[in-house]
Amino acid sequence: MDFNDTPEEAAFRAEARTWLEANAELRGPDDDAPIMGENLSDENVAAAQAWQKKKADAGWACITWPKEYGGRGATPMENVIWNEEQARFKTPGDIFSIGIGMCGPTVMAHGTPEQQARWIPKLLSGEEVWCQLFSEPSAGSDLAGLRTTAVKDGDEWVVNGQKIWTSGAQICEWGILVVRTDPTVVKHAGLSYFVVNMKSPGIEIRPITQINKAQGFNEVFFTDVRIPDDQRLSEVGNGWSVALTTLMNERQSIGSGMGVGSLEDLVEFAEGIELDGKPAIEDTAVRERIADYVTKARGLKNTSLRTLTALSKGLPPGPEASMGKLVGAVLQQEAASFAMDLAGASGALLDDEVTPDGAAWQERYLSLPGLRIAGGTDEILRNIIAERVMGLPSDARADKGVAFKDIPTGPPQ
Amino acid sequence: MNFDFSDEQKLLQQTARDYLEANSPLTTCREILEGDQPYATDLWKGAAEMGWQGAVVPEQYGGAEFGYLELAMIAFEVGRALAPIPFGPSVYVATEAILRFGSDAQKGAWLPKLADGSAIGTFAFTEKPGQNAVAGIEASVSGGALSGTKLPVADGDVANVAIVAATEGGALGLYVVDLDGAGVTREGLDSFDMSRTQAKLAFDGAAAEKLAGADEAGIAKLLDVAAVLQAFEQVGAAERALEITREFILGRYAFGKPIAANQAIKHRMADLWCKVELARSNAYYAAWALSTDDPELATAAAIARISACEAFEDTTVEMIEFHGGVGYTWEYDCHLFYRRAKLLSSQLGTPKYWKNLLIDRLV
Ligand SMILES: Cc1cc2nc3c(=O)[nH]c(=O)nc-3n(C[C@H](O)[C@H](O)[C@H](O)COP(=O)(O)OP(=O)(O)OC[C@H]3O[C@@H](n4cnc5c(N)ncnc54)[C@H](O)[C@@H]3O)c2cc1C
Repeated sequence: MDFNDTPEEAAFRAEARTWLEANAELRGPDDDAPIMGENLSDENVAAAQAWQKKKADAGWACITWPKEYGGRGATPMENVIWNEEQARFKTPGDIFSIGIGMCGPTVMAHGTPEQQARWIPKLLSGEEVWCQLFSEPSAGSDLAGLRTTAVKDGDEWVVNGQKIWTSGAQICEWGILVVRTDPTVVKHAGLSYFVVNMKSPGIEIRPITQINKAQGFNEVFFTDVRIPDDQRLSEVGNGWSVALTTLMNERQSIGSGMGVGSLEDLVEFAEGIELDGKPAIEDTAVRERIADYVTKARGLKNTSLRTLTALSKGLPPGPEASMGKLVGAVLQQEAASFAMDLAGASGALLDDEVTPDGAAWQERYLSLPGLRIAGGTDEILRNIIAERVMGLPSDARADKGVAFKDIPTGPPQ
Repeated sequence: MNFDFSDEQKLLQQTARDYLEANSPLTTCREILEGDQPYATDLWKGAAEMGWQGAVVPEQYGGAEFGYLELAMIAFEVGRALAPIPFGPSVYVATEAILRFGSDAQKGAWLPKLADGSAIGTFAFTEKPGQNAVAGIEASVSGGALSGTKLPVADGDVANVAIVAATEGGALGLYVVDLDGAGVTREGLDSFDMSRTQAKLAFDGAAAEKLAGADEAGIAKLLDVAAVLQAFEQVGAAERALEITREFILGRYAFGKPIAANQAIKHRMADLWCKVELARSNAYYAAWALSTDDPELATAAAIARISACEAFEDTTVEMIEFHGGVGYTWEYDCHLFYRRAKLLSSQLGTPKYWKNLLIDRLV
């Protein structure tokens, strides 16, 4: 066991730091951490793209990707080092996490060389932003229950239906799309997987306002949208197994970041706020609660370090990664709630001028319910851990062996 | 960075597991729990032959001089087996205290015996019910003679040497006391976990040798070390409890299917799995800090301690619940784990104590 950089890691860190120092500004103590893809103003999008381009030109984009795809074949450990170093600088919010975390790896795994050549370089350089068109109004957790259809017409497919909760659709060039190409077979067997140009005629994008007033996700309507057959990934009817590649990468990319926030800022917060005329941190109940949160947060961080060690030994990312988001999102929501309680009546203010800590906890409290749902709800993640990690039986499935068109979709009329 | 045990360390762990599976099945724990023997003497001797008690004792004193990471792996296996031996108090505390603070003479006198298992050590800190606080210690030493009462003392009825916390001229320190010497009275107490005995020790002018350097900061450090090692024992036991529970719920059918097929159970199992994994990761990190004597040890030990106590206790609570009626019987093993969880979280300071300590260290 050794937590220090190896000589190679130290050299890598120094190289990363040198480049960052020459190309970005150090973050001051009062500079907010960039928010993940929620403020999609033209200005923010342009800034994020410019930063991504700069990194790509210098070979610092998607560093863990193989060299042949424009990455630098960096180890998972080098990636952590890069992220640690980058976090010390002022950088724009990330609008590429879906593209880089999920779409890119799926295209690399299932795309033809032509498809890869067409999409990967511009995805990597940030020139084209990507979204994930999976969820539908009646297919969320039960993703394979989706109803958007694609029908073959010559060399093209004609798509009709509706997607929902599509993060970033309004700024995207491309989307990954799962659709039903055969309703007469069982639900998983009738799906196919496409890459769709978001500017295609017949696509209508309507932003949805979230509970925190941000417009991060959208409804996307498809009316006779034509997709060339050469934008299909893998065989017709094999869409589910391609989607699983995406979902596996999603769990990995969401889960691995969760332990990073240490919640130790809660200690500082409780030092600065009064409870019964004394700093709240002197109150035993407050201390114990914060100790609980810090303990869990450190547990997540230490677990992600263990995972990383396993990855760098060449072991594949497993379903264990589901734990990061499951534990982390609830933990952060509870901690935010607790911080708001500590602020007393001011806890219910969202005014960043007067609310302690610039209303950061309030903002988090409003965004965390979304994090608990996106990429799999708590219940789905628990099922994954119970079934795939612990080997407990799967839930009974009422739709097992039933042709998709015959599956009930609501209470009998 | 490399956050994993080495192949050699894992091999040592496997050897320990094999040995304990052969020599300390849960029936061994039960025999001690139900019988009159205070601990499994053969197991204790066998462990000593493998060098466990002397895992961090230098060869010069007859130890195996493996190192802390190795001892942590052994502790994990001792926990998995619920081994009914006075391991923790003797190895994590008494041996460690003498190693850390003892003079050459004290080391020469005690370490060889502790390392080869011919002597058992223990830690005498608390004096009465309630949170163990340094402020509450009334035992005192004057002119090398110790007076006072310690209660409870783990393995106090079988130990040969105790590391006793006492004041001298108002200053707190640790003292080595030969429990077979004059001025020591022992009284066995009913232990919540009868597979691990406890006692009340009364000292009336017992000969006490000061451990130089074991001041309040030294004691805190000693407790940090012990907490990390004990965390491994707790996580090992929690892991085993979860495995046993998993087997049971897969085999027990109700309403025409295994009870494990119910989401209410699956989800709680998933939560327990997360708790155990988080505790394991925290223990690993603390072990690294211990093995390198990193300044992070202070916070890492508290964090490892808190998550280990909670993971072990929560797992055993659900273990009984998921076993249903049989889980509440003497016959089934659930209560062995349930008892051990509470015992281990009561020794070395409760989670509540460590939570406050953690915040002190973070502020
Ligand atoms: C902020 C945000 C961003 C998102 N971004 C995207 C995106 O970019 N692309 C995209 O495709 N999707 C996206 N989603 C959609 C997300 O993946 C779904 O919302 C999620 O999978 C849940 O589906 P649902 O909303 O239909 O809820 P439902 O599936 O209807 O779930 C409702 C409740 O039922 C529970 N439930 C459902 N099935 C089970 C079961 N088998 N056992 C126990 N409980 C169950 C759920 O846990 C939940 O509590 C996003 C969602 C959010 C909140």
